[in-house]
Amino acid sequence: MNILSIRGVSRSFASQNGGAATLALQATSLDAAENDFITILGPSGCGKSTLLRIVAGLDQPTSGEVLLDGTQVSGAGADRGMVFQSYTLFPWLNVRDNVCFGLRERGLALAQQHEIAQSFIARVGLSGFEQHYPKQLSGGMQQRTALARALANGPRMLLMDEPFGALDHQTRELMQELLLGIWEAERKTVLFVTHDIDEAVFMGNRVMVMSARPGRIKFESAVPFAHPRHYRIKTSAEFVKLKAELTEQVRAEVLASTALYSEPLHPASPAATP
Amino acid sequence: MLGVSFFVGFTGLWALATLGGFVSKTFLADPITMVQSGWRLLTEMGFAKDIGITMWRVFGGFAIAAVLALPLGVLMGAYKPVEALFEPFVSFARYLPASAFIPLLILWAGIGEVQKLALIFIGSFFQLVLMIAVVVGNTRRDLVEAAYTLGCGDGGIVRRVLIPSAAPEIAEILRMVLGWAWTYVIVAELIGASSGIGHMITDSQALLATDQIIFGIVVIGVIGLVFDFAFKRMNQRLYPWAQLGK
Ligand SMILES: Nc1ncnc2c1ncn2[C@@H]1O[C@H](COP(=O)(O)OP(=O)(O)O)[C@@H](O)[C@H]1O
Ligand SMILES: [Mg+2]
Repeated sequence: MNILSIRGVSRSFASQNGGAATLALQATSLDAAENDFITILGPSGCGKSTLLRIVAGLDQPTSGEVLLDGTQVSGAGADRGMVFQSYTLFPWLNVRDNVCFGLRERGLALAQQHEIAQSFIARVGLSGFEQHYPKQLSGGMQQRTALARALANGPRMLLMDEPFGALDHQTRELMQELLLGIWEAERKTVLFVTHDIDEAVFMGNRVMVMSARPGRIKFESAVPFAHPRHYRIKTSAEFVKLKAELTEQVRAEVLASTALYSEPLHPASPAATP
Repeated sequence: MLGVSFFVGFTGLWALATLGGFVSKTFLADPITMVQSGWRLLTEMGFAKDIGITMWRVFGGFAIAAVLALPLGVLMGAYKPVEALFEPFVSFARYLPASAFIPLLILWAGIGEVQKLALIFIGSFFQLVLMIAVVVGNTRRDLVEAAYTLGCGDGGIVRRVLIPSAAPEIAEILRMVLGWAWTYVIVAELIGASSGIGHMITDSQALLATDQIIFGIVVIGVIGLVFDFAFKRMNQRLYPWAQLGK
């Protein structure tokens, strides 16, 4: 059975100055099965974050509905963990207390909270940093803590909105391997938004490509690589071929979005100007 | 160090002007006379008690204002309808000059302690409420959303995100407004009081005792400075995370 069903979800935003509303997301449908790792690609502004926020319950769809295990989602909840692109650790809490945040909300005994937190902190490789405040951590370490915080809460599924988007290339590749390693052990259902095609293919077992704004899922491809995946598959012929195909798909949408939303570089001018 | 040298320079200039005979003693006492009469005030004339009374007024009025302003400010910052209800009135009340209430308060409450506490309350409460509401309202949206996805409800958001996130800035606001409360209490004591630092100053004015007046002013300044410093230190201790990356 599907764990998540997105059914005809669209979102339009009322404009501030009373003009026409902007359609950010066209009616979109997507089903995620248990243990799916779905990556979503698309040009910026196509509605990826909007879609993910609606699934998280942080935003309401204009039409359509989101079902989690068959029940309609009506707000945010601990059953859908989220990792954001921006650094969202609570600056007044150290690493351990950040990871304990959701556990404390559930009223777990302190010793139990710490035990769970400890194991997830170890899994993201941050043992020894429990007492550090977020400002004392690098970006990559902050995102690892955010991942541990989301996982420690034991969500049904994980939503990730370009979680590594602000990291440098090397750190990002290490983070991909770390997340993949954790996923291979748990196989938690994941919805992962990115604009990095490499990342989408390496991490996902299904890749979705969204169209230019207003977005919809216009292309889907299964990723055939078995788990556990080694980073060297990135240079395999099959990987390169899939990546090339997706590059074409995404490129078409990026072109469409720039042609639609920016001035032409060389405006046509009359041939004979006095 | 630079700050201390300015104090020294300032005192030196004052000593030069007064001891050098450039300024009449009736208008401005010299530093040595000031210290001497200050000592006399403290040891023989019970000025220490005046200082104690003034301090209790400041902290009493300020504590009442803070205890009431904190919940109201937090609620206004957290909930739009609460803000819509109170914000216009509080904004208006904030611009009412507290000192202008003194005659009215004397009519209502006489020149006793209630009048002093009420004045400090009026002077600090509305400022506190508005500034706290702004700080709480400016809490990072993404932190609130992260807390929601971790299973927080509305009450949890207020308790576990809005308040801790705003706490260091709220503490700074309290520190600042406490400084203002000092000026209100002195004004209240200058106009109608039978004790306190301000009362001593008006009494000294009748006696043309500028040495005592200046001593009173210096005492006010020193106490203000000491508490400001202690408050700042306490905030740094309480919120070490807010110091990071500064
Ligand atoms: N709160 C909002 N109000 C108005 N417009 C919005 C809002 N959030 C997003 N949008 C618009 O919706 C479109 C999709 O945004 P978003 O989902 O953030 O795109 P992506 O994550 O794919 O880059 C953008 O054009 C954006 O300007
Ligand atoms: Mg986005």
